[in-house]
Amino acid sequence: MKFRKYFADNLLPPLLGLGLFILLWAMLSQGNETLPGPIKTWHSAVALFSDPFYQKTPNDQGIGWNILNSLGRVGIGFGLAALIGIPLGFMIGRFDFLNKMTAPIVSMLRPVSPLAWLPIGLLVFKAANPAAIWVIFISSIWPMIINTAMGVRQLPQDYLNVARVLNLSEWKVFTKILFPATLPYMLTGIRLAIGTAWLVIVAAEMLTGGVGIGFWVWDEWNNLNVEHIIIAIFTVGIIGLLLETMLIQLAKRFKY
Amino acid sequence: MKSFAPTNAMKKYVQIENVQMSFATKQGAFVALKDIDLKIDPGEFITLIGHSGCGKSTLLNLIAGLLMPTDGVMLCADREIAGPGPDRGVVFQNHSLLPWLTCFDNVHLAVERVFGATESNAQLNQRTSEALALVHLTHAEHKYPHEISGGMKQRVGIARALSMQPKVLLMDEPFGALDALTRAHLQDELMKIVAATNSTVVMVTHDVDEAVLLSDRIVMMTNGPAATIGEILTVDLPKPRNRLALANDVHYHRLRGAVLEFLYQKQAKQAA
Repeated sequence: MKFRKYFADNLLPPLLGLGLFILLWAMLSQGNETLPGPIKTWHSAVALFSDPFYQKTPNDQGIGWNILNSLGRVGIGFGLAALIGIPLGFMIGRFDFLNKMTAPIVSMLRPVSPLAWLPIGLLVFKAANPAAIWVIFISSIWPMIINTAMGVRQLPQDYLNVARVLNLSEWKVFTKILFPATLPYMLTGIRLAIGTAWLVIVAAEMLTGGVGIGFWVWDEWNNLNVEHIIIAIFTVGIIGLLLETMLIQLAKRFKY
Repeated sequence: MKSFAPTNAMKKYVQIENVQMSFATKQGAFVALKDIDLKIDPGEFITLIGHSGCGKSTLLNLIAGLLMPTDGVMLCADREIAGPGPDRGVVFQNHSLLPWLTCFDNVHLAVERVFGATESNAQLNQRTSEALALVHLTHAEHKYPHEISGGMKQRVGIARALSMQPKVLLMDEPFGALDALTRAHLQDELMKIVAATNSTVVMVTHDVDEAVLLSDRIVMMTNGPAATIGEILTVDLPKPRNRLALANDVHYHRLRGAVLEFLYQKQAKQAA
């Protein structure tokens, strides 16, 4: 009984949505020669994922390698952005002067598509891989700076009064009050950043080449293997969903 | 409990002379307090009472050192009050515990600051445990603030303030946000703690019964702006006090009447 209620409330609607989506897809592919249907794509995916880690030539590697390479680039670019963006966010939030100093630059550069930075990366690093990492870095640094700074600025006056009454040192204020109070905001920034980074990596890799899910999409387009393109779209979506879910779970642990 | 007793018994513990406090506003200076003179003896329990906006919290914040007076002299144990310090423990109205620390760690933060340079970790932990035991919260040591009731949070706040062995305990409407039964319970506990530790206390309240029950002297403030001390009422009821016995005590009702008369006749607030 309990399960039936849970099923009706939480499982039925998404399953129904997915079912309708696949049905629509099947109908569209019916009268269209170039668009493969769900069943054909599924068989192709089974074949693809049954051997994810083969390495034939540098440009022909298993889907597992492509995914891992893309994740690696995102990880490095994102990690560097966190390393710089979070401390910068703290300083901008804490010191009003610095905030006013950086606000016009941040507001101006934030709306720029991260891909516009790719030529600069290629110019400076003279290689495709660091340039792609550079694009990820640029795309994920803004949400981290902005959200961390906002968290610092939203610190309740009560906590600062406690710090003053207890006469805490600057270091203690940071570790016991400022950092934990800002952590939920920081995690929001991280979540937004990783979302953007994962969004951008596909486009960046299409331009830079090498091993990676984005380049793979482009490669399969050149091979006119439409099933693989559809599989790539699903793969990118599912991995993005997993990353997001992981960070939401992490953030839940730091709700006070 | 012995360790909480004040070590030096100076004559005038807190001295406030001619203090004035004004705030800068868009319309010019706003005088909140003026001509405040008050001397508090060690071991005294003082309550500040008055209508809202009379500056009683401002006066408390001045003693705490969170605000600096625009004029006048403020001393605590013969030393000028130049900012917040561990010699004045503050209990905030909304407990202000850090939600990411356990009750133990919240108190430990204060203990560490005051005694960390001179005592071992074991001694610091012992002090923390003692402070929590004083407010009967040993069982909740390792709980987080969101896991305990409002009354318990306020008790942790009191433990945190007392753990620093302050010369004066400053309380800003500490029980204002609690329900009546919890409030009565905490008042009784506070009386016991103050008697056991011989603490000097300054408490802001707007509860007449609370003021008469707890105080040695009630400082009644006139309405703002430019509020000052209107009258000081000495509460000469014998201690320890019992709220049930006082309910039928003629003298208690006379004192209570005096405060009510001050608040609702002499300083009656115009209907807003």
